[in-house]
Amino acid sequence: MTRHIKSPGWNVLGLLPTHLIMFLTLIIPVGIIVLVSFSTRGPYGGFEYVFTTAPYKQILFNEGWAGELEFNPQYLIVVARTLLLSAGTTLICLVLSFPVAHFISLQKPSLKVALIYLVTLPFWVSMIVRVYSWIIILGNEGVIEKTLRALGLIDDMDSLLFGDTAMLIGLVYSYIPLMILPIFASIEKLDPALIEASHDLYGSRLITLHRVILPLCQPGMLAGAILVFVPCLGAVLEPTLLGGGKSMMMGNLIQLQFGAARNWPLGAAISIVLMTAVLIFLVARGLRAVRRETTELAL
Amino acid sequence: MTNGSDVRRYPGFGLFSLLFFVYLYLPISVVVFYSFNANRIVSNWGGFSLHWYTAALSNSALVSAVKVSLIVAVIATTISTIVALMAALVIVRGRDVRFRGLSETVVNLPLLLPEIVVAVATLILFSQIGLANGIVKLIIAHTTFCIPFAFLPIRARLQGMDADLEEAARDLYASAWIAFRRVTLPLILPGVLSGAMLAFVISMDDFITSNLLNSGGATTLPVYVFSLIKQGVSPQLNAISTLIMLASIALATVAFLLQRQR
Amino acid sequence: MNDEACLRAPRKAVEIKGVSKVFGTYQALKPVSFDIYDNEFFTLLGPSGCGKTTLLRMIAGFEQPTTGKIFLHGSNIQGLPPHKRRVNTVFQSYALFPHMSVEQNIGFGLENLGWSKDRRDARVADMLRLVHMEAFAGRKPQQLSGGQRQRVALARALAPEPEVLLLDEPLSALDLKLRQAMRDELRILQRKTGITFVFVTHDQEEALDLSDRICVLGDGEIQQLGTPAAIYEEPSNRFVADFIGETNFLDAEVIAVDGEQATVTTQLGMTLTASHKKAVAGQKAFMSIRPEKISLPAQDNPIAVDGTIMGTNYLGGYTYYLVETGGIRLRISKRNSVSRGQMFEIGQSVKVGFAAESVRILGA
Repeated sequence: MTRHIKSPGWNVLGLLPTHLIMFLTLIIPVGIIVLVSFSTRGPYGGFEYVFTTAPYKQILFNEGWAGELEFNPQYLIVVARTLLLSAGTTLICLVLSFPVAHFISLQKPSLKVALIYLVTLPFWVSMIVRVYSWIIILGNEGVIEKTLRALGLIDDMDSLLFGDTAMLIGLVYSYIPLMILPIFASIEKLDPALIEASHDLYGSRLITLHRVILPLCQPGMLAGAILVFVPCLGAVLEPTLLGGGKSMMMGNLIQLQFGAARNWPLGAAISIVLMTAVLIFLVARGLRAVRRETTELAL
Repeated sequence: MTNGSDVRRYPGFGLFSLLFFVYLYLPISVVVFYSFNANRIVSNWGGFSLHWYTAALSNSALVSAVKVSLIVAVIATTISTIVALMAALVIVRGRDVRFRGLSETVVNLPLLLPEIVVAVATLILFSQIGLANGIVKLIIAHTTFCIPFAFLPIRARLQGMDADLEEAARDLYASAWIAFRRVTLPLILPGVLSGAMLAFVISMDDFITSNLLNSGGATTLPVYVFSLIKQGVSPQLNAISTLIMLASIALATVAFLLQRQR
Repeated sequence: MNDEACLRAPRKAVEIKGVSKVFGTYQALKPVSFDIYDNEFFTLLGPSGCGKTTLLRMIAGFEQPTTGKIFLHGSNIQGLPPHKRRVNTVFQSYALFPHMSVEQNIGFGLENLGWSKDRRDARVADMLRLVHMEAFAGRKPQQLSGGQRQRVALARALAPEPEVLLLDEPLSALDLKLRQAMRDELRILQRKTGITFVFVTHDQEEALDLSDRICVLGDGEIQQLGTPAAIYEEPSNRFVADFIGETNFLDAEVIAVDGEQATVTTQLGMTLTASHKKAVAGQKAFMSIRPEKISLPAQDNPIAVDGTIMGTNYLGGYTYYLVETGGIRLRISKRNSVSRGQMFEIGQSVKVGFAAESVRILGA
């Protein structure tokens, strides 16, 4: 056999740069952040390496004058809001994406390519510009308010900006292409004969959708859900620009701790919580895939 | 009576999709539209004007932010594409690669971790080792998160390429290097280019990391735009946004066409 | 049209009346009309692109005819969506639902028809027994072999007791041995259930083997409709003679036509009188003779010519010989029923013969 194109030596050499970069700029820093999350806040920001679990306690409690712990849900609310908004975004994206992906899959090849290009294009357009565009639309004297007034529906209205709704709108808008693409791929893989078979066996369109199409597109929907949910958990721009100061998500809360609030250990602790949440979802997906494969193999 | 001729079509999905595309493009169209507004107050139409574009182009803070972004993006793209190409060649084509799956996970690690976490981690690292040069910090951080974006299209292209072609070249007396340069590289070039372009766009567009690492003289374009947004909606901001969009759409189109190339 | 084929009471299961189909500018099917009778094994046979699958899909309701009407047991099913037609299809790819077990697949149609769970379970069990798949009830389609999937697809389509069962090249995905076995099984199933089968295939051997009647389609129109024997022995045109089985075509000049018989001079030099279709006196025609109907060597055949063996193809049970006579090459098949020593060799001079009854004259 003369199939040796690259020897093991070449393998190591080829992988070395990426692995070195990841190790030095990613794995070590993440290790340091774990360390910082168990450290004491420095007098002028930063941190001092004195072991403490205080940053984690701080997520749940306020420390009173005498060192007594008083339950304070403010950070917990941020965590809950992050989870809820991410889940809501995922759900809305799922509902909006399916009909669109389904429609695109039925078009003739050239139109299909064009529509998929149109779906992906906004994702390439600067994230910050896309989020900013919603400020113009939702803001005071914004497009929506002006339109409603021109139609004579309202005199004046509260700004739609700054709040959970605005954040939800921004998050859906930011991440929906990531949902459409995998769903589209799974619909494309669907054998048209299966849909005909369902109709042939007395299934109406609704029954076919419910019993055949949706179950078979589940992997695509699951992939899309992960692709939308995970970046939502770490979103920074949407809460900063559309949430205002009061409605925070974990992403901008962390940013705040490393900026104006100058509480690195707390920021590190929240980072660990966020990272744990993300890894749980990724691992859960991995496990699901493994379980599905093993049940398929089992007789 | 309903015509059952195409059972795959669902009534209403077409209209729904049309509305969806309107929703997808309306917000950015609004920005473009208002960028031509002569009136200083964005939402009051004061006639067509290119004034804000000339103002934007002569804005020295903007120009220097574009410069920083370009320097960082070009260097980060070059490094990340080269190392991603090396890794992809080994992961897809290498023989007897141990821990192939793990290696791939390591390369894709930046996609698995929330960017804000990586950004603060990098910030702490740089403060610990006392690295002060803003541009160098940005280049290092951007290179890291650009690697998977450069890697994925190259890997896809390599996987789509017939491995027999390389062996045919070797069979015809080509050395490993000649086989790579004359056969493999030309065939995967579209993947390499679209990977590089993806990396470039991701770097140019990055806000989270660049904002956190922002320090004297190293303000990137998105961070500058962010500071403008904080000051409030303005027609010049709309003009700048439109220019940014034009540039990214042009790049995206080239990358898209490259990826479709067979 | 070949009414002797209908031994049973000719109740019409499907009536096709002037049905045609145009896709864009492409005429897939010119207007055709014919009936399919109850309890019949009816085959639509033709090369790919002849319109047979289009016709089947129009009966199932997946395509709408451009013109014409389709009746199912006397009622017009025009415009009825597929899920409201009491016909079921066995798909070429089987189209078994990958996320459902064998049982669930078979029960799917019954569920949609609103059958109660008990009745459904009983029916599914019956169907599993019918196709010998009792042991595989809980499996997913991916865990079955090709032949097993085929049987599940049959059971699933038969379970709702359709008025007509449509089969779209169901055997094409199986290997040769399995295909033969499934043919026998299909015939048995059709007799057991008494359901009308409409079978689409491009395999003429399959069609001859299985069918009560065959409709040969070519170029979007009916070329011939009749029993397998009628189609093989009395092809109505060159297309049918060529597509069904093998044949030798020789040029002929028609001298006279007298009812069912035509007299021609053939390329071989002799004049003969044989059955014909569309021969016109004074015009050119083709004479068709099947390889197995030529005797080698000529016995006491009324028509005999001298020739030379130009090639032999030994195929086990048969040997094909290529015999040249007067510049014309004839393919002759001969059963290898005697010892190998009796076989002919290349270059050998031989006399070949045939009877005028074996010849079919086809108008050009």
